[in-house]
Amino acid sequence: MATRPSTRLGRWLVGGPPLLYLLVFFAAPTLIMVLASFRSPGEFGGLAPIVDEAGKLDLNVDSYVRFVTEPVFIRVFVKSAWYALLTTLFCLLLAYPLATLVAKSSKKYRDLLLLLVILPFWSNFLIRIYAWMIILGPNAALAKVVNGLRGLFGLEPVSLLFSGFAVLVCLVYVSLPFMVLPLYANLEKHDQALLDAAQDLGANAWQRFWRITFPLSLPGVYAGGTLVFIPALGIFAIPDILGGPEDTLIGNLIKQQFLETRDWPFGSVLSIVLTVAALVLAGAAAWIGRRGAARHA
Amino acid sequence: MALLDIQGVTRRFGDFTAVDDVSLAVEAGEFFTLLGPSGCGKTTLLRMIAGFDLPDAGRILLNGRDLADTPPELRPVRTVFQSYALFPHMSVEGNVAFPLQMARVPAGERKARIEGALEDVRLQGLGKRYPHELSGGQKQRVAIARALVTHPTMLLLDEPLAALDAKLREDLSIELINLQKEVGIAFVYVTHDQTEALALSHRIAVMNRGRIEQLDEPSKIYGFPLTRFVADFIGHCNLFSGPVRASDGGLAVVDVEGLGPVRVATQANASASANGTVAIRPEKIRIAAEAPSDTPDNHFRGAVHDLLYMGDVTVYRVAIEGGTIVEALLANSQSGRAKFFEVGDAVDVSWPVGAGHFIAE
Repeated sequence: MATRPSTRLGRWLVGGPPLLYLLVFFAAPTLIMVLASFRSPGEFGGLAPIVDEAGKLDLNVDSYVRFVTEPVFIRVFVKSAWYALLTTLFCLLLAYPLATLVAKSSKKYRDLLLLLVILPFWSNFLIRIYAWMIILGPNAALAKVVNGLRGLFGLEPVSLLFSGFAVLVCLVYVSLPFMVLPLYANLEKHDQALLDAAQDLGANAWQRFWRITFPLSLPGVYAGGTLVFIPALGIFAIPDILGGPEDTLIGNLIKQQFLETRDWPFGSVLSIVLTVAALVLAGAAAWIGRRGAARHA
Repeated sequence: MALLDIQGVTRRFGDFTAVDDVSLAVEAGEFFTLLGPSGCGKTTLLRMIAGFDLPDAGRILLNGRDLADTPPELRPVRTVFQSYALFPHMSVEGNVAFPLQMARVPAGERKARIEGALEDVRLQGLGKRYPHELSGGQKQRVAIARALVTHPTMLLLDEPLAALDAKLREDLSIELINLQKEVGIAFVYVTHDQTEALALSHRIAVMNRGRIEQLDEPSKIYGFPLTRFVADFIGHCNLFSGPVRASDGGLAVVDVEGLGPVRVATQANASASANGTVAIRPEKIRIAAEAPSDTPDNHFRGAVHDLLYMGDVTVYRVAIEGGTIVEALLANSQSGRAKFFEVGDAVDVSWPVGAGHFIAE
């Protein structure tokens, strides 16, 4: 069917500005970064001229070779993925009962409970991380209780701060709402009649959860999992502030390449690998989620 | 001993009494229907039998055992829900297998049981489909197969045909009758549709405002309603009320304003009550152009006020000279004629004393 010119113009007016915005500030920088990953680092940081003294185009895969040949980088990647995975799992374990509670509560309290879930967003991200420095600090009650208990068993005191533990706790803390909200959106739509039917057919409370509620909530689990896992994979502020020397994650590595080591091509390579990994995982989650959702139609 | 024995069951929600001191018994192998308008308590009663709700007073006994402390998952009754409540993430087979898995039926035995249940509801070969790939009627059959596969003592059906279109409803009604006969399991069927209730049931309990108004066989309910509510709710009925003028020898005369004296046969001692209602089904009223020669006991002259042409029959609403509207039904079966009267035609309506039914008030 032919589209009237005025309709077409309207579409461009509505869709054009955001499209242009994404082209200029997202697509173009990404392409610049891809190009940078094939260039050589400059002598004093940054990038070497793209055309060398001999007048030849200076493009190479040296940075990519370095990434795959030096095992330390792969190890950081694996470690980041492991932290992100743990964060996702803990968020799921905490968010599921919470989302269920909100979804099952009466309409009167539901909005209030949801507000409480997103309330932390009202204060600055960095401030919330620094708050954990105080909570986990050596003179805070938590550390004193933990080390007091360890002392009873003759164990050395430990530092809660500047550890993988601190990084994980804070990662779970900042990510939790991103798991609660999609899970809630899913659980809220569940039909009580299905649970009644399952009970009528002989299923006890655990069987009703495991055979009915949980499988039907999988699209929400995948959505929440994606929203938690991908940002957690690239995070750098939390390990920077709360982590120890062992807790360098891929996000920190990228930051170092650009700001400290000033090896832009290698930083670009790390960024690209991270983006590709995130895209693959998000795609996989969306595909699994859609397959589950198709059965609900 | 009755299979299901409900003794003085009451259920209140705040100030509202949903089920009010109801007692009834359902026999093994019976097709029993709870019939009534929405809000009459029939679904609440069904949910209490299933165990989703508990009575505030009274007892529910199954095979002589009080069910009060038995949760729904342990009661040997199964429910077919109005919305079907099929598990969307399981295939037809998965849905039917579910109660077998819950009952820990060995996997080897399951396959044959599932096939048998799907055969019972004529769904062979659809086992691999998912609920969203089925029609409404097919979903209903899966729900029934799933409920029957474990051979429960009793099947509870909550308006199972309400969401289906008329033609399908009729087909499935006949299948339900045959299925019930075949499996020999007692059905307790909840509906607000009197046609369904009359067609399907061995016995019907007509409920209104939490109470049972009448409990009897369909033909007795239809032919001899005990209360005005039952007469009005089941089928169409002309209801003429007024003071009882005279009563003797099994005959009562009710003075109906706007109509005149109506004579009706009754076993009850009508003179004991000051007021009474005569209930007459439209199909028992004769409508003719001229007064009949054999002069039945009641007859009135009037004019056709309006009519409803239904194809097989026509419902004529006749305005009597006194102002009362009498509904009469006439089959359009005579060859060569589509219908008999038009609006405005002068007609004579009449009925014998035995056609009406007297309800004392």
